[in-house]
Amino acid sequence: MEFSPATILNWILWVPIAGAIVALFIPREAKQAHRIWGNIVLFVGFLVSLPLVWWYDKSQAGFQFVYKRPWIPTFNIEYHLGIDGISYLLIMLTTVLGFIAVLSSWRLIQERVKEYYIMFMILQTGMLGVFMSLDFILFYVFWEVMLVPMYFIIGVWGHERKLYAAIKFFLFTLLGSVLLLLGILALWYYNQGVLGNPQTFDVTKLMELGVPVEWQRWIFWAFFVAFAIKVPMVPFHTWLPDAHVEAPTAGSVILAGVLLKMGTYGFMRFSLPLLPDASREYAWIMAVLSIIAIVYGALVCMMQKDMKKLIAYSSVSHLGFCTLGIFVLNQQGLAGSLLQQVNHGISTGALFLIVGLLYERRHTREIVAFGGLSTPMPRFATIYMIISLASLGMPLLNGFIGEFTILLGTWQVSIAWTALAVLGIVLGAAYLLWLYQRVMFGEVTHVENKSLADVNLREMVTLVPLVLWCFWIGVYPKPYFEILEKPIAQLVQRVQPRPAEEARQALPVVLPAPQAEPASVPGEQR
Amino acid sequence: MWTQFFQPIDFYVIVPQLELTLFACGILLMDFLLDREHKYLNAVAALLGIVFSGVRLWQMRNLDFVAFNGLLRVDPFFVTFGFIFLAATAIVILMSVRYMEVEGEHDGTYYALILFATVGMMFIAGGTDLITLFIGLELMSLSFYLLAGYLRADRRSNEAAVKYFLLGAFSSGILVYGFSLLYGVSGSTRINEIAFAVGQRGVTDPIVFLATIAIAAGMFFKVAAVPFHQWAPDVYEGAPTTITAYVSVASKSAAFAMLLRLFLIPMWPVRANWEDILMVVAVLTMTIGNFAAITQENIKRLLAYSSIGHMGYILLGIVAGNETGLMAAMVYIIAYAFMTLGAFAVVVGMRRRDLVGDQITDMAGLFFKNPAPALLMIIFLLSLAGIPPTVGFWGKYLIFASLIESQRYVLAVIAVLYVAVALYYYFRIVVSMFMADPREPGKMSLAPGLVAALVVTCLLTIVPGVWPEPLFRLAQASILRSIP
Repeated sequence: MEFSPATILNWILWVPIAGAIVALFIPREAKQAHRIWGNIVLFVGFLVSLPLVWWYDKSQAGFQFVYKRPWIPTFNIEYHLGIDGISYLLIMLTTVLGFIAVLSSWRLIQERVKEYYIMFMILQTGMLGVFMSLDFILFYVFWEVMLVPMYFIIGVWGHERKLYAAIKFFLFTLLGSVLLLLGILALWYYNQGVLGNPQTFDVTKLMELGVPVEWQRWIFWAFFVAFAIKVPMVPFHTWLPDAHVEAPTAGSVILAGVLLKMGTYGFMRFSLPLLPDASREYAWIMAVLSIIAIVYGALVCMMQKDMKKLIAYSSVSHLGFCTLGIFVLNQQGLAGSLLQQVNHGISTGALFLIVGLLYERRHTREIVAFGGLSTPMPRFATIYMIISLASLGMPLLNGFIGEFTILLGTWQVSIAWTALAVLGIVLGAAYLLWLYQRVMFGEVTHVENKSLADVNLREMVTLVPLVLWCFWIGVYPKPYFEILEKPIAQLVQRVQPRPAEEARQALPVVLPAPQAEPASVPGEQR
Repeated sequence: MWTQFFQPIDFYVIVPQLELTLFACGILLMDFLLDREHKYLNAVAALLGIVFSGVRLWQMRNLDFVAFNGLLRVDPFFVTFGFIFLAATAIVILMSVRYMEVEGEHDGTYYALILFATVGMMFIAGGTDLITLFIGLELMSLSFYLLAGYLRADRRSNEAAVKYFLLGAFSSGILVYGFSLLYGVSGSTRINEIAFAVGQRGVTDPIVFLATIAIAAGMFFKVAAVPFHQWAPDVYEGAPTTITAYVSVASKSAAFAMLLRLFLIPMWPVRANWEDILMVVAVLTMTIGNFAAITQENIKRLLAYSSIGHMGYILLGIVAGNETGLMAAMVYIIAYAFMTLGAFAVVVGMRRRDLVGDQITDMAGLFFKNPAPALLMIIFLLSLAGIPPTVGFWGKYLIFASLIESQRYVLAVIAVLYVAVALYYYFRIVVSMFMADPREPGKMSLAPGLVAALVVTCLLTIVPGVWPEPLFRLAQASILRSIP
């Protein structure tokens, strides 16, 4: 198959699996060969995704690079791939983080190396498939396939309580996704059984159905459970700290960087456009849950003794921003949310790398075991500082852009929500800086810490691109907003077709909204 | 009608069964000539018989023919089920050679009985007359009673045989009572004529209702649906593992063939009578099967309870009763057959002279000793749990689709939630295989037959999982033409 815009998605999707199949034939004993091969495959995976940057057409709102073939004609299930601005950014995030995560495992993974890299390659295909599929069943297949390698990555290469964490992760997600399947089947049945159309699982066709609101409500909750568990939104977040803490570093990076985005992506790709009325109706519940997540996640972070757990809970808080941005249902909120998802992938991914780096050196993640590390590890200190600042929303770094845009969108709906969300940013600054202070500043209290090696070349290669990316988004986010503008405008149009004023009234506003901002004008961005 | 003799063509359509019978008798004779080292030739002969039978069956794939004045019908339904039985039998025979050697009970009777059971099943699948169905069922069941107790020296095996026999005989009695009532209302044993008579009597008729209950109870026993399931775990545990696999796959598929024929033809007019019963039984079956499996420490028992759960799913497809539902039941039966056989093949491989190998803890660290069977086991377990891209997922998918389509939303929610429960207990085995350290150094003994069985079942689990279209077509063709 030639490499062209028509087939590029296939290449991106199947390169990792092809690599995994080759790796099956490399003998188990050749650990080094597996390491090298794993890194090559995921680097090639990144390279084949690069042409998207040139080929992606920002001026279009619809799906691009569409590849469609029949798969199961009996049910008209298709092998249907395609991306728009939303999935494009997440795919780039996945290919970059996939490579970085694998590179970071070079030293940490010493046992069962072969299986580790194979699992990672399968995982990569699963995740990419989720972001590319435009057929609901194909989407569901990838959505579930991806659980298995992640289960093994946590369960085999994780830390002390890995078995518990792995099965908890699997069961939570599975519980949600089977309900998602019912939601999908309900849509399918509505199209074919009630309307009498030819049956289809094509997402683009199902979007045009105009499902009645009574159906939307039920389907919305079915989808909600699946996506909310994945995000995770409070009260479904309990699997996340366990999974993150027990997973090996690369597992945590992928879990935080990509897997959590599948939930928010699900909301944006499916819940909103397919179920616009129900989304509007329940937006306030989602927003309230998001704000609870933001504040609760941040407060819990303050209490953590374990670095990794702290960062895990910070994900709950940050993802709260993303879901809040989605459910204010306007241009700024949604665009900000997606950018924030990318940001979170970069900065939290990097934070997990940083914790992993310390863990490799000291085999502990307890905050009290560190202190004064900036003396032995100056380069590390700089990188860690930048990432912390990026994560807490310092201007000129990526987190600020995302959070600010979300808040801009939220402001148009409710000042009270905005105020509470800002509280989350303040707390975020507090726990991240406090963590930094306890780990990096002060006297070196433990002898072992005096001679810690600074960041080596391989670790630099994993961290520096992320740091640069933080700066890029922070200083010049225009390309990102350009990519998102059209698809998001279309999404807003779909979910919020009424004039902005009416839309505002539809939401139970806690405080009167300001009059000045014209809400949700498609195409208008800063 | 009674004066009309059978036509030669009638005998042509039972050639597959006749060939199996001949080979079974041949094996019984041949067995005397074989010394201990050459007993495997019995298995070869049995496989040969299956190949012959399969070829004849293949030639009948496009037939739709009523033979023996309505005693038998050769249609795609029969051919599909016939192939399921033959494939399952072949796989079981492949697994058996080394296993029975280790058990020290390796002789020709075993293979002959397996073939006789297959003949019984094929008559069940083809039967359109209560007598044919019953004789087929008894032929199968009697062979199974003997096979379950085949390990004469093993007390558990004896217990299994006695339990299976007593309860089986009892349930056959109830079933025959139902049949007699049907004969009473219609004056015929042909299911088409019964369907007509039953349709005229209608749902309010107490005798028809009684017959429905009796037949349902008998069939529920055969498929091990709650509350008639208690025999299954004990029989599964006690019987030789190969026979456990055979009972759980072939006998259940045969029972479902019978159940489908009975409920879709003679009982279909009084659907209102049994639909709710079937629904309640299905939900109970899923519930008890899945929850009881959680605490099992013995893999055979665990698979027994999980197979009870699977029966619940298939029953749900019949409850939905629409095109998708029946197709779902068919796909599920096929999917269930091969993934279950695969899982049992791994358990069979665990058996060594010094290890029974049917405890979950016996599998500890299997992956480090025998990576290939452990990986295959994962595929089978994922398929049993219904995770794509395996064939098990498509079975469940169709069941859910049919429930949504027939607007049974609550049932659909219950059915999907048990997927998570099932995953939990299946993954206890996975945890043991991959994340526990090996308890003892011994490896699995992978006999060539077992390897072949594993490869075949694995392919039949993965390939239709990735490309389910042919399976869907087959299911559609085999069931939709046979229903009213």
